[in-house]
Amino acid sequence: MKSLLPVLTVLAVIVGIWYLAVAPMNVRVALDQAERGGAVVMPEGSVPRRDVSVWRLMLDNAEHVSVGYALERPRLPTPAQVGQELWKTTGEMVAKGRPWSKRGLLYHGWITLQSTLWGFALGTALGIVGAVAIVYSRTAQLSLMPWAIISQTIPIVALAPMIIVLSSQVGIEGRGVPKAIISAYLCFFPVLVGMVKGLRAPQPAQLDLLRTYNATGLQSFLRLRLPASVPYLFTSLKVGIAAALVGTIVGELPTGAISGLGARILIGDQFGTPLAIWSALFAAAVLAGALVTLLDVIQRLTLQRMGMAT
Amino acid sequence: MIWLILALVAWLGGWALNAWLAQRGEVRAVRIAVPVIFGLTLLVIWEGLVRGFGVSPVILPAPSTVAQTFAASTDILWIDFQQTVIKGALRGFAIGAIAAFAAAIAIDRSKFLTRGLLPIGNFVAALPIVGIAPIMVNWFGFDWQSKAAVVVVMVFFPILVNTVQGLNEASAMQRDLMRTYAAGYWQTLFRLRLPAAMPFIFNGLKIATTLALIGAIVAEYFGSPTRGMGFRISTGVGSLSIDLVWAEIAVAALAGTALYGIVAWIEKRVTFWHPSQRR
Repeated sequence: MKSLLPVLTVLAVIVGIWYLAVAPMNVRVALDQAERGGAVVMPEGSVPRRDVSVWRLMLDNAEHVSVGYALERPRLPTPAQVGQELWKTTGEMVAKGRPWSKRGLLYHGWITLQSTLWGFALGTALGIVGAVAIVYSRTAQLSLMPWAIISQTIPIVALAPMIIVLSSQVGIEGRGVPKAIISAYLCFFPVLVGMVKGLRAPQPAQLDLLRTYNATGLQSFLRLRLPASVPYLFTSLKVGIAAALVGTIVGELPTGAISGLGARILIGDQFGTPLAIWSALFAAAVLAGALVTLLDVIQRLTLQRMGMAT
Repeated sequence: MIWLILALVAWLGGWALNAWLAQRGEVRAVRIAVPVIFGLTLLVIWEGLVRGFGVSPVILPAPSTVAQTFAASTDILWIDFQQTVIKGALRGFAIGAIAAFAAAIAIDRSKFLTRGLLPIGNFVAALPIVGIAPIMVNWFGFDWQSKAAVVVVMVFFPILVNTVQGLNEASAMQRDLMRTYAAGYWQTLFRLRLPAAMPFIFNGLKIATTLALIGAIVAEYFGSPTRGMGFRISTGVGSLSIDLVWAEIAVAALAGTALYGIVAWIEKRVTFWHPSQRR
């Protein structure tokens, strides 16, 4: 709570800078529009204006700068415009009784969320299995660990179109599965690293104690290693779900998908509607925030129940 | 059939060899040999499965085919590498890293700003920033400038957050010691706090290397001159020259690994004193 005031201040400064930046970014488009509306603009015609700097244009045509704050297709929309667009594609849709309309962000967010969660589940499972293998087998540790690191230095986006081609050739319909594979690829690494640390967290003395109890390997895994790894697991799950969302959106971007937040960005680009791009970006940010917060709450509750809260 | 058996034999043989090597103990040669054998095994299995099942090269080419294409089209690959990695990714990486570093040092002087920016920076670092690619292409045009811009935004926040955290790493005791030496702000910064921050800074840089390549490649999907790895991949998928796409992927993988390796190598020289670097 102590940092609430600083955070709000910084946010206010960012929004302020954003508003200031709108004027120079949009001034050319604004002047074009004003001229078409019959107004007199200092250097006439958009072609001669191209050689004049935006600052000069703003000084000479001060009365038309405000047009840039209400453009339909701005280069940089104002925060208020983005907010309105977000409301128009979510809240208003609900108010009209069509919350799942394909023109609304709720539908696209839901598609993205589904793939993210599938990828997250798959990536987490892979990460945990890999971590168990690495902790229990020296061979696995020596063979897998370097490749796990190398796998993360490979830009997955290069592979994304290939994964989609491959899965459609194998006969998997739709984009859900390839998107989930891409997000699992980005998600498994943080979980793997966190779980290896977590499963190794118990001290030798604790492992020895269990041995004096004549505990089997499975028992010491279930009773000691697994509970000890839970705090590490949650920390890496929070990183992992954010990575999974990035993966899903990357999977939606280059591949001609038609539903999902990434596809909204792509379609907004193709149809030249910047507001759609910006609102999809912010919807993705809200989704990421919500997912990480949700995991944070679960982490706190779980650790409290386990008596490990700090 | 013979290829399938070969794949199976390679799998068992590779694993057995690794298991045997792993028992040899902590020798440097073993630590290198085992992952290499593992990787080679995977390649042989891939080759075996593709040949054994007669998979069409339009769907999944065998590693040997990819290697031939790679060798035959090194000139195209080099042009694409220059466009995407050297012009787009590396320039963006350098600008973003320097900007983030300067911003971190500026912020660090104010407790208030640090407390306000850290949560926001952490949040933004987790966002799918690649989505700004079409906006940047719209703003900065098709050439490498827009790619570099995407990379700048992507690498900025991880490096910023890590640097700010690192600058707070020097303990109160160490700072007091500097004060007893009558060291000023800048002296304390250069002699104590920056060196102490280096492990964190390099952590941020390492994360950023991968992001830089991702940003540069994705931005090319939204428009680029007729060269570049992202351009070649998206057109290659369309025109079914899948072996060339895989060659590009191999270049991307090599470039990513090399970038990461260079940063890790510099880290080793700079933070030789840190416990994680000790043998």
